Amino acid sequence: MREQILKMIEKNSRIDLKELAIMLGMSEVDLMNEISRMEEEKIICGYHTLIDWEKTSVEKVSALIEVRVTPQRGQGFDHIAERIYNYPEVNAVYLLSGAYDILITLEGKSLKEVSSFVSDKLSTLDSVLSTATHFILKKYKDHGTIMANNDERLKMTP
Amino acid sequence: MRNPLSDKIVDVKPSGIRKFFDIVSEMPDAISLGVGEPDFDTPWHIRDEGIYSLEKGKTFYTSNAGLKELRCEISNYIMRKQGIKYDPINEILVTVGGSEAIDIALRCMVNPGDEVIIPQPCYVSYEPCAVMADAVPVIINLKHENEFRLTAEELEAAITDKTKILILAFPNNPTGAIMEKKDLEAIAEVVLKHDLYVISDEIYSELSYNEAHVSIATLPGMKERTIMINGFSKAYAMTGWRLGYACGPELIMKQMTKLHQFAIMCAPTTSQYAAVEALKHGDGDVAEMREAYNQRRRFLMYQFREMGLECFEPYGAFYVFPCIKEFGMTSEDFAMRFLEEEKVAVVPGTAFGDCGEGFLRISYAYSIDDLKVALGRMKRFIARLREENSK
Repeated sequence: MREQILKMIEKNSRIDLKELAIMLGMSEVDLMNEISRMEEEKIICGYHTLIDWEKTSVEKVSALIEVRVTPQRGQGFDHIAERIYNYPEVNAVYLLSGAYDILITLEGKSLKEVSSFVSDKLSTLDSVLSTATHFILKKYKDHGTIMANNDERLKMTP
Repeated sequence: MRNPLSDKIVDVKPSGIRKFFDIVSEMPDAISLGVGEPDFDTPWHIRDEGIYSLEKGKTFYTSNAGLKELRCEISNYIMRKQGIKYDPINEILVTVGGSEAIDIALRCMVNPGDEVIIPQPCYVSYEPCAVMADAVPVIINLKHENEFRLTAEELEAAITDKTKILILAFPNNPTGAIMEKKDLEAIAEVVLKHDLYVISDEIYSELSYNEAHVSIATLPGMKERTIMINGFSKAYAMTGWRLGYACGPELIMKQMTKLHQFAIMCAPTTSQYAAVEALKHGDGDVAEMREAYNQRRRFLMYQFREMGLECFEPYGAFYVFPCIKEFGMTSEDFAMRFLEEEKVAVVPGTAFGDCGEGFLRISYAYSIDDLKVALGRMKRFIARLREENSK
């Protein structure tokens, strides 16, 4: 049942819990208890909103930054990852297999702001060997949601 | 000038749903809960396979019975789901939707005057197809108190010495009724006793919410006398691809293939390639859509209980069939007023047979948001009717 609950609120965290309980065939109290437990267990880590900033007047640039680092004795990649994820402008930090080690997603107000983060803060960290910054030009799909959607169905008689 | 038309065809009544939807299409802001078509798009990997086949230039006819690869996958699928084996070479025919299979099965099996038993309420094409095959349709009016299941007694009472075929369509459109194994066993006994054949339309087989659907063909002695019809429209949200299939004894399938060859040649090639992908890798998609339908089904049943609207709990397809007899109106009047006053389209039960009088078919192949709005309006509408009636 947990899986079903999570699937539903992953798609819509604002879903009406009374309706969700009906749809899943369980009582509202049981559902609320289950959700609280998952919040306590940090299975549910937060509730966010998916925004198409393109449609607002707010200027924003997003970037993906590939980072190659030297792991540190006794701490592996965790220490350097922590140094990076503590910056509030950093959205996400992943440790990856493959050609580079860490992938950062970052949001800034302008190209300049992102590039100064890379040159002033990121590149100057001791264990960072190199970085490659990719600016996002267009978001087609985010969090499983296609940003531009149109539905064209023909009317028919069954 | 001579009359260009065939009397037989002219006498066939048009679909009762048609008239209604002509009005709906003139109302752009109406919410329709009328159409029996999944609101999901075909899963992308299936569409992708269709596109890929086009890119590779696979635009030729397939063999009349359908791509061998597809027939093998259909055979595997039925084995996986029902545990019975159909020979992909001689016992499976790929058709243009389940609809074609219904038509040619009837035309291949009846002689003029043979009786075909059709339990109603049911899908709109069985009766006209039987008539066009020169059969005599014999209607059984299924009962609300039996949750619209067919009982052995009802079947027995409809059989004459001319009866040849029983059409079974469960999970059912429009009622959402199912037939469980024990129900089917009682029917099979009567079928065997009277040496009948069964055309079993199982197009909604994947949409069974309590337990997995059982085909009557799996019961002892029944595979030899059953044409099992299924397709991709409902399970994989592939309505527009127009692809279905029929499975049955070689003797009958041979004639059906012949008819299919003369009328159709073969089912669309692109659709067939896409369908191979659906059967190979589509089980997860089906499970996900089934869960979504089930959630909506629970939501609707809850709303009906809240409104105090009588409705048996349907466990199949994507329809609910609430009873509106308390309002003292015909189904058609109810549906028409509901459409005019609240701009919500539902289908009067009478579109599916006379015994659908007093019922409505509501499809939940619509997003939960649409359903919420529509049910809110229904609540308001019903409250208004009750108030009028109490005066």
